[in-house]
Amino acid sequence: MKNKKLSLNGHTLLLVITIALFIVLYAGGCIAYGAKGFSHLQTFCNVLITNAGLICVSCGLTCVMLTGGIDISVGALIAMDCMMLAVGMSKGIDAVPMIIIVLIVGLVFGLFQGYMVGYLNIQPFIVTMAGMFFCRGMTAVICTDQVSITEQINATFYKWANAKVTIPFGGYVNNKGKYMAPYVRPGVVVAILVLVLIYLMLRYTKFGRSLYAVGGNTQSATMMGLNTKMIKMKAYVLSSMLCSIGGICYCLNTMAGSVSQALGLEMDAISSAVIGGTLLTGGVGNVFGTFFGVLINGTISSIVKTNGKLASSWPNILTAALLFVFIVIQSVFAAIREKSKNK
Amino acid sequence: MKNGKLSWKKIKSWNLLLPVVALLLVMAVNIIYDIANGNNPLAFFTITLQQTTGNGTILYGRIIDILNRGSEAAILAIGMTLVVSSSAGTDISVGSVMSLCASFCCMLLAGYGVSSTSTLAVPLAVGVLGGILMGVVCGMFNGTLVAYFKIQPMVATLILFSAARAIGLLLCNDLIVYVRNGSYAFFGGFIGLLPTPLVITAICAVIITLLLKKTALGMFIQSVGINPKASRIAGLNSKRIIFLTYVLCGLFAGIAGIVASSRITSADSNNIGLYLEMDAILAVALGGNSLGGGKFSLAGSIIGAYTIQAITTTLYALGVSAAQAPVFKAVIVVIIVAIQSEPVRNYFKKASLAKKAKEVA
Amino acid sequence: MEDNVVLTARGISMTFPGVKALENVDFTLRKGEIHALMGENGAGKSTLIKCLTGINDFEAGEIRIDGIDGPVKNHSTRDAQNVGISTVYQEVNLCPNLSVAENLFIGREPMTKLHTIDRKSYNKRSQVIMDELGISVDVTQNLENYSLAIQQMVAIARAVDMDCKVLILDEPTSSLDDEEVEKLFVLMRKLRDKGVGIIFVTHFLEQVYSVCDRITVLRDGHFVGEYTVEELPRVKLVAAMMGKDLDDLAEIKKEGAENAINNPIEISAKGLSHTGTVKPFNLDIHKGEVVGVAGLLGSGRSELARAIYGADKANTGTLSVNGKDVKINQPIDAINLGMGMLPDDRKAEGIIADLSVRENIILALQARKGMFKPLSRAKQEELADEYIKLLQVKTPNREALIKQLSGGNQQKVILARWLATNPDFLILDEPTRGIDIGTKSEIQKLIVKLAGEGKSILFISSEISEMLRTCSRMAIMRDGEKVGELDRELTQENVMKAIAGGDTEK
Repeated sequence: MKNKKLSLNGHTLLLVITIALFIVLYAGGCIAYGAKGFSHLQTFCNVLITNAGLICVSCGLTCVMLTGGIDISVGALIAMDCMMLAVGMSKGIDAVPMIIIVLIVGLVFGLFQGYMVGYLNIQPFIVTMAGMFFCRGMTAVICTDQVSITEQINATFYKWANAKVTIPFGGYVNNKGKYMAPYVRPGVVVAILVLVLIYLMLRYTKFGRSLYAVGGNTQSATMMGLNTKMIKMKAYVLSSMLCSIGGICYCLNTMAGSVSQALGLEMDAISSAVIGGTLLTGGVGNVFGTFFGVLINGTISSIVKTNGKLASSWPNILTAALLFVFIVIQSVFAAIREKSKNK
Repeated sequence: MKNGKLSWKKIKSWNLLLPVVALLLVMAVNIIYDIANGNNPLAFFTITLQQTTGNGTILYGRIIDILNRGSEAAILAIGMTLVVSSSAGTDISVGSVMSLCASFCCMLLAGYGVSSTSTLAVPLAVGVLGGILMGVVCGMFNGTLVAYFKIQPMVATLILFSAARAIGLLLCNDLIVYVRNGSYAFFGGFIGLLPTPLVITAICAVIITLLLKKTALGMFIQSVGINPKASRIAGLNSKRIIFLTYVLCGLFAGIAGIVASSRITSADSNNIGLYLEMDAILAVALGGNSLGGGKFSLAGSIIGAYTIQAITTTLYALGVSAAQAPVFKAVIVVIIVAIQSEPVRNYFKKASLAKKAKEVA
Repeated sequence: MEDNVVLTARGISMTFPGVKALENVDFTLRKGEIHALMGENGAGKSTLIKCLTGINDFEAGEIRIDGIDGPVKNHSTRDAQNVGISTVYQEVNLCPNLSVAENLFIGREPMTKLHTIDRKSYNKRSQVIMDELGISVDVTQNLENYSLAIQQMVAIARAVDMDCKVLILDEPTSSLDDEEVEKLFVLMRKLRDKGVGIIFVTHFLEQVYSVCDRITVLRDGHFVGEYTVEELPRVKLVAAMMGKDLDDLAEIKKEGAENAINNPIEISAKGLSHTGTVKPFNLDIHKGEVVGVAGLLGSGRSELARAIYGADKANTGTLSVNGKDVKINQPIDAINLGMGMLPDDRKAEGIIADLSVRENIILALQARKGMFKPLSRAKQEELADEYIKLLQVKTPNREALIKQLSGGNQQKVILARWLATNPDFLILDEPTRGIDIGTKSEIQKLIVKLAGEGKSILFISSEISEMLRTCSRMAIMRDGEKVGELDRELTQENVMKAIAGGDTEK
């Protein structure tokens, strides 16, 4: 009866720690750098704006990780998406058809990876590593130079990128006496939409629950009549599709395509999911936690940036340290549960 | 007829089949390319003597270039092979650890905060050994997480994958530290006629081979990788053995880091060892080793590493840029793992059985 | 089909490569009965169940199910479920990270108009199902928050709710404690009263007599008989399972071994236990003595040995070797004290499949010497050749991979591995399982010979006859507990009585 409570609290506790950590970090930032404007709502909006793409990607990755897999191709896929958008538009293709092309590429790519993992039963890490190589290389095949998307190249896309969605509260009056309303970019709206949809999908659809079932115990899931191979494949398709959507958001931020774009973004996404309470062994986690994982990563970067004196490598180190702490906590929880089971 | 079949079977079961066939294929491509371009068909294999600016004589040729440049990946592949064999997982931090070791070494040699120096702050040996020691420490960190905390290898090494490079940058005060001292350039230069990295690789390979053959380590690693439960009953301490392989992997990452840094006589944290972990893993797979652990062939991995370099060099010769080359690597990885995957193997098994049944009927 | 019968299997035969797993086996299950399927290792219980549930394709015979015309042949667990056969295994085949209700309904969730899962409705239905079965749980809680017994019951509830006529329970109680088992029995009786036919596989005799109505016994792939519980007292059941006929191996002489009880004590265990598998036991083993451990599979006979050897670290008690108290945390500690253990599951814990015969033989000796004191290649080859010759291992050469050898020869190699360490105390857990009769007698002779050389041996076997031939004393295990020792009048009948326990006087 006693261990019942312990394991019940295990997962929720992690999520609580994550949210508390975010609040502490943010509050700490506000206190330390309030004078530099950290406490304005706009700072938070900026975190969202910079990380809109990452939110989409992390949502997809969370779905894959729920099945017990991993997808490290996402960073490279984003680079390829951005390059496709930039080159495509500079060749005169309009924004909407270009976006459709990017989404189709994501779909095909996801199908391929998913088939290798689900049906050929190859380790996800190896498959998606190949995927990462492929995308990074293809980005260079499309174009080796940095290609920018300017207003002349595609006015529509440029308009989207610079559109502001203002928030009716939380503004401040700047030192010139002008009221500054906080705003976000369209990418953030897309990201929040994705977040909500995936949250609902994971909770209320057959497919969503079957992702948990596969991650909890693939063999059991098969015996209970689920098509686990298909479910796994769909998870990778979903990840690549969301990654493509994230790539579009990312491109709206950077307005350029280049070979070295989104380098190491897969690791940010993985650490966000892990910090957000997704178990690497699968079966536990949700995008709500992942969202906070992204926010924590974003806040750390933001604090380091606001400080201005700290070396640029601190965010990486801090994120890795957090990842370390969370992984060890997960491992300890797993050990405790194993022990209480034997009793 | 029967004899022929038998020898075919033998070839099929030869564990170096995959890497050697791959290497031969690359050579064939080169010969065809040279013929098509009207060059000497054997240009790929030509090795000449060349005078260097320093009045030395070195060997020169495409093969020498491949052996030289492929060395870091080959050194990493040695450690990676052991890790894969014992824990059925991969150490993805080796590239980053290389960079950290290079940074640490250069920081020691130049002194903290100095971005360029021609005089060494500490003796060369201290700097180099310090750098390698850093690799060992990283290996111990990974090993502890994998062996004692039972964290999946890929995830455990993810921590250093993202942190090591950043720590290296921090050690170098966000600068590219140059050590413009002839003695430091030695590890990436030439020793007599041969490139030093190649010699270092050879020494590493010989030492580790001796370690594996002259102690029981080789058998223990394989035993733990094949059947951890039975190994435990037979008296092996599998945790300690897995830990040890990660330490060795870190050690080799350190050595590779020094070589890479010496080549450019600097610690370029952002670029040293970038993507090299992928090459090392690919080398292990290409060497005919199962990524599921167990039996391994070091020779296969080393040949695999040089094969990858040969592929890369060939691609460059064919006009493919460095940034585009990964596409081909990806295709190779996919083909290798698909061939090795169970459903595909079963399919071929069934097909050959059906063929036999038909023949009998 | 006769009235009341839900399932009949007639003349089922099935061969695995080299082994006849089932030969002409009959089985009949009636409505509203709990029917025990009994048999020792390799008797064919699980093969028969796999034939019923469509995992195995049987070669001959037919299965008929009430309400379905003509013979039924299942090709997957799905097929089996469709004809009303559901199975609950020893390991719970559910998802611990989902709620109880989800586990009941996954794959067949009720949907709302919006094509989303109708949580409310299935939570409600789940609660009704669980209440009806008398299981008090909150169905919205994750399954992992409940004890194994509850998880087992949820698995049963899922099976029952899928309209099963036949419920197969394959060792559902092996990881449950007494109280939990009782709860499970209440549920089983309830289902029986509802008219479900239950096939119950267990190793615990106690449980058979407290919950079952009828017993079918299999032995070596053959049908031994079908009995009502009343007509088959424990001793007869044990006799039926183990087979009474002594095989015609030559009697092995146990000279000297009889007197070993007067030798000094080599191993002494006091209150040793491993939670969940074996209750605290005392056991003394003298030098040069062969002590048998008799008991049915799952009675704790292997677990007793594992607790001594440190394969499963003992939770309580003390162990002394040659009078000195020792602490064994893991097998290597035991090996350093001069112990060796040949585990019962050769494939999982014995052989290192991809290593050569030579490497498999020297592994334990090398582990004991340590990594940095390697045996020279010449010494390795010498040892390998010596034992290949001594035990007459049939292998093309010493460098052949052990996985290419037959089971009996693999077993000899593992035996050689331990002999090479020259142990003082050797645990042999089912050393003769799956081995041809000639090799069996060789190994038995070897055991006696080793004891004659002054080695102590703990011998575990499911064949009483071979223990009778080799052991001078036997420890009797029943339901995870050491219930006694026999050192005089070691006869088949006495041992069986002791194993059966309970109403032996009947």
